[in-house]
Amino acid sequence: MTPNNTVVQAPPANDKRLRLLEATMKRHQYRPDALIEVLHRAQELFGYLDIKLLLHIAQRLKLPPSQVYGVATFYHFFSLAPKGVHSCVVCMGTACYVKQAAQLLSFLEKETGIQVGETTSDGQLSLMTARCLGACGIAPTVVFDDQLEGHQTVESVGERLNTCLGVEA
Amino acid sequence: MDLTQLKQSTSAAQKKYHIRCCTVGGCLSANSAAVKEQLKTAIAASNLTDQVQVSGVGCMGLCSQGPLVRVETENATEVLYRQVQPEQSAAIVSSLTQSPHPEPVDLKTQPTDSPFFTRQHRIVLENSGRIDPEKIEEYIAASGYEALHHCLREMSSAEVVDEITRSGLRGRGGAGYPTGLKWATVAKMPPGQKYVVCNADEGDPGAYMDRSVLESDPHRVLEGLEIAAYAVGANQGYIYVRGEYPLAINHLQTAIRQAKRHGLLGSQIFDSPFDFRVDLRIGAGAFVCGEETALMASIEGKRGIPRPRPPYPAESGLWGRPTLINNVETYANIAPIIRKGADWFASIGTEQSKGTKVFSLTGKVKNAGLIEVPMGISLKEIVEGMGQGAPDGAQVKAVQTGGPSGGCIPADAFDTSVDYESLKALGSIMGSGGMIVMDEHTHMVDVAQFFMQFCMDESCGKCIPCRAGTVQLYQLLTKFKEHRATPADLEQLEMLCDVVQHTSLCGLGQSAPNPVLSTLRYFRDEYLVAMVEKT
Repeated sequence: MTPNNTVVQAPPANDKRLRLLEATMKRHQYRPDALIEVLHRAQELFGYLDIKLLLHIAQRLKLPPSQVYGVATFYHFFSLAPKGVHSCVVCMGTACYVKQAAQLLSFLEKETGIQVGETTSDGQLSLMTARCLGACGIAPTVVFDDQLEGHQTVESVGERLNTCLGVEA
Repeated sequence: MDLTQLKQSTSAAQKKYHIRCCTVGGCLSANSAAVKEQLKTAIAASNLTDQVQVSGVGCMGLCSQGPLVRVETENATEVLYRQVQPEQSAAIVSSLTQSPHPEPVDLKTQPTDSPFFTRQHRIVLENSGRIDPEKIEEYIAASGYEALHHCLREMSSAEVVDEITRSGLRGRGGAGYPTGLKWATVAKMPPGQKYVVCNADEGDPGAYMDRSVLESDPHRVLEGLEIAAYAVGANQGYIYVRGEYPLAINHLQTAIRQAKRHGLLGSQIFDSPFDFRVDLRIGAGAFVCGEETALMASIEGKRGIPRPRPPYPAESGLWGRPTLINNVETYANIAPIIRKGADWFASIGTEQSKGTKVFSLTGKVKNAGLIEVPMGISLKEIVEGMGQGAPDGAQVKAVQTGGPSGGCIPADAFDTSVDYESLKALGSIMGSGGMIVMDEHTHMVDVAQFFMQFCMDESCGKCIPCRAGTVQLYQLLTKFKEHRATPADLEQLEMLCDVVQHTSLCGLGQSAPNPVLSTLRYFRDEYLVAMVEKT
């Protein structure tokens, strides 16, 4: 983190997203216990939580930066690095696991050349896993760009991966 | 607001035919929203708008066969279509106009007299798949908010607590603590600021009961939460939902907005002195937040780290105030208990475990989906009767209950009755309701390693036995998986399980060894095979 006496460079004040974030904080009356809600909103607006953005939130909510950083890194949902244009999330819940979700994952890792948690070098795709998406009735499931697909096979994820990336290519 | 009036106005709007299309959970992922739209288009095209009503409803249970569409005709006969494709909508609609209604040939129907449906006893899920979760009028038409009305107008808070105590309801989050006792403890605390919390941080992988209840019937949970608040003397509630459940969050937000508009949330509800407000808190992906003290830390905007108990949340919870925390399914049971009486509820189930339990029956099973069964039913009836066993003729080997805190129950113990005590005696737990069926192709050492990896990743890192112990256990299990283990490893595995179980701070660590211990107990030969092969 930045030393205390350094002037923090927040994102440009004319950024519309900042105004929207400010509105969220205002709605929560800048209460420190709304931190997680504010971080959710910030990630929704900016895609990820930049260190400078975290410092900005800390100042607005009058919280120590260490606490904001601690919360942002504790929860899996928050990301401190930018994500790819497209996302692919393989559910690794128990129901999906017994239905061979691990095979789907290793196939996707081989196809994309990246490991779980990584983003391709061209910034096109992030590959992730989820704990359980609660769609166990249609296991195994994979989420491409927020669209959940059930009853997946190696063939179907391969196809879906191509359409997912093909749009941009 | 007059409940009776609203109830009458909704029932008057009934049309001759009612087509219900599941628009939540698995069905939604299988494109059921398009099915619903196509059904509407087909009805408009056949000029049947005044005769046929189409509504999007909650979960019907058989999620593996979605999208599901249920057609109800004038004499209450029902046809359940499965795996409906949008282009088949016209065929469903045209079958209505012919008499007698022929079954469209190219559509798959699902007999509703099979054990999967007939063995169920729906209390929590009574409205799931019947009402539109986004319409408060439909919930009210199905006797919704009557229980709250009855409590506020005709019962004292002590009487409500007493009713819940007599019903014998136990916490549905997993541990099975008597709900009435918990309520009484909070109610007895000196008056002042108190809180009620609904734990909807359903973290167990392979379980989605709470998601389904919230998506299919959110008002039921709100009503239960309000009754609890009235009983214990709280005026503020929090619902802590997983961030992974966007639709559940959406339906809850809608439900809260509607309840406010109808005066069912806010000040002087039903012209009584009772005020109640509720806020949603969205989880950010931490399994440990299902633990009540960690959950409270998270609501306060902090890292979700548990703290030692006592003091229990009932004495010192959110911001140091007395706090009642119950699970979604527990709250969903409250309104029916008040409406139909404690004696009715206590007549269902076994001596120690009353009522019903919702399970998500998943994994290697033909009929995967959501079921609600009376306590005391045997595992055999669930897995073989309702679930129809494993697909492709494979042999069912075990069933896993209780998620990462539970254990694997072998097929030869399937005669066991499903209740808190019996499952505990088998080395598993009731848990929140995940029931994952495993067949002969599933290796139990892999399963144990899978769960240990889960606990290792999800350990919050506060106490050493859990933080370091789970890593060591994971590495030992990996040795077994890779056939590198020695007899000394087996000894160390068992010793370490004991240490982690008895010295961890919270439930996560204390129960983390359960999957290992139960697989060691019933499938020890698989561990032994994993050792000898290389030596």
